[in-house]
Amino acid sequence: MEREQHIEVRPPSAGGNTEEYWLNMGPQHPATHGVLHLIVRLDGETVREVKPELGYIHRSVEKMAENLTLLQNIHLTDRLDYLSCHMNNHAVCMVAEQACDIGVPERAEYIRVIVSELQRIQSHLLWWGAFAMDIGALSAFLYGFAEREKITDIFERLCGARLTMNYFRPGGVAQDLYDGFEQDARQACSDILYALDEYQRLVTGNLIFQERTRGVGILSRDKAIGYGCSGGTARASGLDYDVRRDDPYGIYDRFSFDVPVATAGDCYARYEVRMEEMRQSVQIIEQALKDLPVGPIQAKAKPVLKIPKGLQVFRQVETARGSFAMTAIGDGTATPLRVSYRSPGFMHVAALHEMSAGFKIADLITILGSLDPVIPDIDR
Amino acid sequence: MSNPRDILGPQRFSQSHAAPKLIPPNASVTKRYFIRVVTGVTSLLTGMRVTIGKFFDPRTTVTQQYPENRDELKMAERFRGRVVMPHDADGEHNCTGCTLCEKACPNGSISVLNTKHASGRKILGKYIYRLDSCTLCNLCIEACPFGAIEMGTEFELATTRKEGLVEILNKKAGRL
Ligand code: SF4
Ligand code: SF4
Repeated sequence: MEREQHIEVRPPSAGGNTEEYWLNMGPQHPATHGVLHLIVRLDGETVREVKPELGYIHRSVEKMAENLTLLQNIHLTDRLDYLSCHMNNHAVCMVAEQACDIGVPERAEYIRVIVSELQRIQSHLLWWGAFAMDIGALSAFLYGFAEREKITDIFERLCGARLTMNYFRPGGVAQDLYDGFEQDARQACSDILYALDEYQRLVTGNLIFQERTRGVGILSRDKAIGYGCSGGTARASGLDYDVRRDDPYGIYDRFSFDVPVATAGDCYARYEVRMEEMRQSVQIIEQALKDLPVGPIQAKAKPVLKIPKGLQVFRQVETARGSFAMTAIGDGTATPLRVSYRSPGFMHVAALHEMSAGFKIADLITILGSLDPVIPDIDR
Repeated sequence: MSNPRDILGPQRFSQSHAAPKLIPPNASVTKRYFIRVVTGVTSLLTGMRVTIGKFFDPRTTVTQQYPENRDELKMAERFRGRVVMPHDADGEHNCTGCTLCEKACPNGSISVLNTKHASGRKILGKYIYRLDSCTLCNLCIEACPFGAIEMGTEFELATTRKEGLVEILNKKAGRL
């Protein structure tokens, strides 16, 4: 196996004269990106076992969803993966649209794609900064946030909120684009492309960064499939799957974009895949802005959306982290009988042991950072 | 500057992991060591060019002097701060007490308590809004058929008193 080979390359540090012990990392640890608790079995500095412990911010969102209407549920999904809330909202809206047979106007579909891709870039920029900071590059963190701020400002002007947007509605979007949105989005796109070039020089080409990420945290393709990984993590392991291309939703089948795939499965591959994803998102935004039609932004929908009794609806979307899916079963009333979410981060954290056993504890931080975990998404 | 897409096309992904660039895979240990020292220093300097450039370029300053710039700080028009109930030109509220916003709220943050007018008509008595359980989701504003409530642009909502978070929104215009 690839990982075993890798261990041979890196001999154990303290000459075999070490003792195994358990170390608690988190729940309040700056490198765990939130309240994630990792119980780590260490042999000297070498990680032998990682057990993620969840439940610190469990909010019982699925149970809450049973007592809320579909329209009210949209704003709860903002609070799952708060860096991909437009995409999460999209999943709920598609469930409602399929269950109640609502069409979406063209303009609304284009707006949905544009804001979703803007958000993907925004999320990846935050990840880029946080990942570089995990490795020790603090200025990268600040640059990533400065760039992200431009997109956050667009969202603030568009829907009034910076983080929990609650912008999509069944049958469209809540508000039309503000005047000058297209110009702002184009400006943001060109800024991002320029910034990505700068990041290439600042972090990607850096030898320390390369040494710390290449060959670290290898996840094989089979294991990625076995653990149910998706998104950039799975694509870095050679699994060529993207919901936007392979199970197209909305109007994603109208745009031409590449799905970056790497085969190494290490932290550097995950890094490269995400960096390329930002460029592809820019391409999608540019195509969508070019074709953006005028017209209504919301279809007429019934005031109370009921999922018919016994109907089960499943829809999935590609968020910045992987595939997010929502299943809802109706009982003919305004509230669903059962709602279940599939969040990508949970599977990635489950595969953490697979990736990090045999590496040093400092590599564990790198590996965790490369997975782009958002804890409320893992633990809901 | 060349087109960034040419640098990082999809083909690159299959080849880039064969070996780290610049370091020949069959070089001797000493040679690798020296190549690493040289590339390490040059790559660091390349990165430092970016940071130093930002340091001296005033256009890249993004920091806002927040508490000092309060006066000129304007929030976006659609900013969702908190629910407010504006008065119309006559100093009256548009709210009819229809309770649609109460039903739309996912968190039970709104209670509309109606009372009877002397003529026997049902009118709004108290409109209670609880900021502490409000998620600023905008659903109540979208539900209101009369445009009686809207989102304020105030953003400094923290308070030291718990009681300050529960508020009666309908007020006489003159007393403001
Ligand atoms: S903004 Fe949302 S949570 Fe707040 S009062 Fe209105 S409906 Fe309720
Ligand atoms: S604010 Fe609007 S929705 Fe709420 S009770 Fe008054 S009129 Fe009805």
